[in-house]
Amino acid sequence: MSNVPDSLRYTSDHEWTKDEGGRVTVGITAFAVEQLGDITLVNIDVKVGDDLEAGKAFGTIESVKTLSDLFAPVSGKVVAVNADLESKPELVNEDCYGKAWMITLDAAPGSTSALLDAAAYNAHLKATAH
Amino acid sequence: MVPFAGWMMPVQYTGIVDEHQAVRTAAGLFDASHMGELELRGRDAVGVVDALITNDARKIGDGQALYTCACNEGGTILDDLIIYRAAADRVLVVCNASNREKISAVVRQAALGRCDFVDQSDETALIALQGPRAFDVLGLAGGDAAKCGELKSFHFRDAVVANVRCTVARTGYTGEDGVELFCGWNDAPHLWRMLLELGGPLGLKPAGLGARDTLRLEARLSLYGNDIDETTNPLEAGLGWVVKFDKPSFVGKAALEAIKAKPLARKLVGFEVTGRGIARHGYLLRNVNGDEVGVCTSGSPGPTVGKTIGLGYLPASLAEPGTKFLVDCRGKNVEAVVVKTPFYKRPVA
Repeated sequence: MSNVPDSLRYTSDHEWTKDEGGRVTVGITAFAVEQLGDITLVNIDVKVGDDLEAGKAFGTIESVKTLSDLFAPVSGKVVAVNADLESKPELVNEDCYGKAWMITLDAAPGSTSALLDAAAYNAHLKATAH
Repeated sequence: MVPFAGWMMPVQYTGIVDEHQAVRTAAGLFDASHMGELELRGRDAVGVVDALITNDARKIGDGQALYTCACNEGGTILDDLIIYRAAADRVLVVCNASNREKISAVVRQAALGRCDFVDQSDETALIALQGPRAFDVLGLAGGDAAKCGELKSFHFRDAVVANVRCTVARTGYTGEDGVELFCGWNDAPHLWRMLLELGGPLGLKPAGLGARDTLRLEARLSLYGNDIDETTNPLEAGLGWVVKFDKPSFVGKAALEAIKAKPLARKLVGFEVTGRGIARHGYLLRNVNGDEVGVCTSGSPGPTVGKTIGLGYLPASLAEPGTKFLVDCRGKNVEAVVVKTPFYKRPVA
């Protein structure tokens, strides 16, 4: 089974969120990385100060074989973008829950509570495996 | 695993880039059993095949193989094939899995009343052993196997490999040296496991469809359904070298002669993406003014060339190496430049 840290909240599109009092950091899960394979390009199409609406694409991630959109898990204002990923997409393969965070949003308090907790995300992974 | 032309195929085992590098630096093992194998037996076998293909099957001897296109009367490509001439009265046609039914029907029809036709695809497995250490691996698999090192490129012979009766051909789809082994369906799992066991210490790894695609793209080998199909002709696809106009006749000859008489409107070219993006099959190509001028047929990062590369059809006026153009990556115009192909050429041993 993929690594699913208990402390994070998840979307069914295989993104993780880390909510620190309304500052929500976003990345993709180990399961997503396994599915994509070798990551070769991360394009983040938003900049600090942009307003993002939940469900809207904020960038794309490409592996050797495929391209996937990155979606905002919650609404908020972009307060940080991980510029390292532009030159080092391989960070996503190496450390998807750490160095390969993608953006941080200033969101309404409690906005991640509607997302999946680790147990629910694990159940979602099990269901999609069949 | 993904469905591919009715087969379940592995995209990757240890990772596309890892498998790709293994093939370039050591060796990789591919299960290509999805390919179609059509056999013709009888005095007229060579003649029946020759009338269907653009290359000249009469010019190869026993134990020799030939890459070719088969066209329709309009001169566009029904499939790309390898023809294996075992003897004057025994020829094997290897076609793409996605075209098996189409090609099987065409060959069967042509064989009617002239020679026997058998579609062997369901009884025949195909395992490709590719890479600079391919023959070292083969050499560990028994006395006969070692002799296969003497095969010239595009030649084949019968041999016992790891106690399995095989036809071993010095052909492949990776840009590396190596062999393709045809064997009986039931023997394939044993052969696969034995080769991996013997070759493991030499760096042999199993390789999937993903690596097969990046390897063949770097070597600029066409993929049917992507780079060539029934809307493209061999001349614009850069396959003019397998069209032999000095043959008295073949299906599509008149149409291809008419195409050849005029300058080509478009050409399949290789390119490097110099901006931030990866060109994918179906993406539009634009001139520097942003006008739509062509289409990308294949594209991916090239792990060995270290660049993002692709193939696509461009107007002849934009097909010269060095010409700049744009790839429309889902609405973003990303800079690219036409380059000479192949992107990768294996070092001479």
